Amino acid sequence: MAEAAEVAGEELASAAEHAGEEAAYANGGEYINHHLQFLTYGKHPEGYPDAGHWGFAHTEEEATDMGFWSIHVDTMGLSLVTGLIFIALFMTVSRKVTSGVPGGLQNLVEAIVELVQSSVKTTFQGHNDFIGPLALTIFCWIFLMNMLDLVPVDLIPLAAQGIAGDSHLFFKAVPTTDVNITAGLSLSVFLLILFYSVKVKGVGGFLGELAFQPFGKWALPLNLVMELPAFLAKPVSLALRLFGNLFAGEVIFLIIGLLGYWQAFLHIPWAIFHLLVIPLQAYLFMMLTIVYLNQAHQHH
Amino acid sequence: MNLNATIIGQIIAFFLFAWFCSAYVWPPIVKALADRQKKIADGLEAATRAGKDLELAQDRATEMLRDAKTNAAGIIDQANKRANQIVDEAKDKAREEGLRIKAGAQAEIEQQVSQAREHLRQQVAVLAVAGAEKILQSSVDAKAHGELLNKLAASL
Repeated sequence: MAEAAEVAGEELASAAEHAGEEAAYANGGEYINHHLQFLTYGKHPEGYPDAGHWGFAHTEEEATDMGFWSIHVDTMGLSLVTGLIFIALFMTVSRKVTSGVPGGLQNLVEAIVELVQSSVKTTFQGHNDFIGPLALTIFCWIFLMNMLDLVPVDLIPLAAQGIAGDSHLFFKAVPTTDVNITAGLSLSVFLLILFYSVKVKGVGGFLGELAFQPFGKWALPLNLVMELPAFLAKPVSLALRLFGNLFAGEVIFLIIGLLGYWQAFLHIPWAIFHLLVIPLQAYLFMMLTIVYLNQAHQHH
Repeated sequence: MNLNATIIGQIIAFFLFAWFCSAYVWPPIVKALADRQKKIADGLEAATRAGKDLELAQDRATEMLRDAKTNAAGIIDQANKRANQIVDEAKDKAREEGLRIKAGAQAEIEQQVSQAREHLRQQVAVLAVAGAEKILQSSVDAKAHGELLNKLAASL
C-alpha cells in the first residue's frame, strides 16, 4: 500500500495541484499521509511545545511520542456517534414496536434483527440471551462505521478543519480504518470468549481444553504449542481483517482523490465495489463472533 | 499505527452499547416478531380448521341429501303401495258388496218363488176341487177330501 501511495504521489502531484486541491499539500504523497493521521489528544511529550500539558498533537511524531495514554478523538468520536445512531434508530422502533402490521422503519429494523437472529440460531447451539443483541450491536455498529467510507474522503476532514479553523488539522473519518477501534472490538469479543469459556467450563475445564487436547495429557507442551496460538489468533485476526479491508479501501479512495477531474470515473466503480465490502466485513465480524462464542459454550 | 487508549475507550463503548441493546432494544423487537409469528401460525391453523369444517359440513350435507332422497323414494314407494292397497281393498269391497247384493236378490227371488209356489199350491187345490165338482156334478165334501187334496198340493 505504501509503494502505491508513493507512486501515485509522485505521478499525480501536479494533477492534484491542477485540480485545485488543497495548496497546503506539497505533493500527492503528503496529501495521502495527511489524511491517514489521527486527531490525537494526549500529554505533549518532552521536546515539544507545551511539554507536560494536555492537548492535540501537531505532528505525526508527536502523536507517536505521546505513548499509550493518548486518544484518537476523531475515530473515537465518530465511533460513538455511529453507535448512538444505531441505538437511537433501534430504540425509536423498539419503543413502539407492534406485532401487527409493521411500518416502514420497523420493517427495516425487523429485517436486520431477523437476519441476525437466524444467523445466531443456525450457528449458536448453546443457550445465551446475550448473543443475539451482541451480534446485532456488532453488525449494525460496524456497518455504520464502515458506511462512513462512502462519504467523500475530503468532506468530513474539511468540515472538521473548517470548524476548528485550522487547515492543517488531522482528521480521520472512518473509525474502522483505525486499528485501535477494530482491536477494541475484537478484544471485547476476546474478553467475552474468556468469560463464557470460564463460566461454562470452569477454569479447569477451560485450561484443560488448551493443555490436554488434541493429543492427551502426555503431550501437554505440544498441545499448548498448538492450541495457544490458535486461541490468541482469534482477536488478532478479527481486528486485522476488518482494519485491513477498510484501510485498503480508504487508501484507494485517497489515491483516486488525487486524479483531479478524472476521479469521477474511478470513484463510482470503486464506491460500488466498496458497497459489497462494507456489509460483508460487518457480517463476517458478527458471524465469527458467534462462532467463537459458540466454541466457548461447547464442551469438547 | 499507534496503539493507544482509544482501544480502552472502544472496549468501554462496546460493552455499553451491547448492554443497552440487550436491555432495551432486542427484547421488545424479538417479542413482537415472536408474537406475530404466533398470530400468523394461529391464523393459518384456524384457516385449516375452517377448511376441514367446511369439508365435514359438505360431507354432512351430501349425506343428508342422500338420506332425504332415500326417504323420499321410500315415501313414494309406500304411497304407491298404499294406493294399490286402497285400490285392492276397494275392489275387494266392491266384489263383496256385489256378492252380497246378488245374494240378497237371489234370496228375494227364492222367497218370491216360494211365495208364488205357495200361492199356486193353494189355487191348485181350489182349482182341482172346482174341476172335480164339475166333473162329478156333485159337490165334493171339502172336509172329507181335504186331507187328500192337501197331500196332492204338497206333492206338487
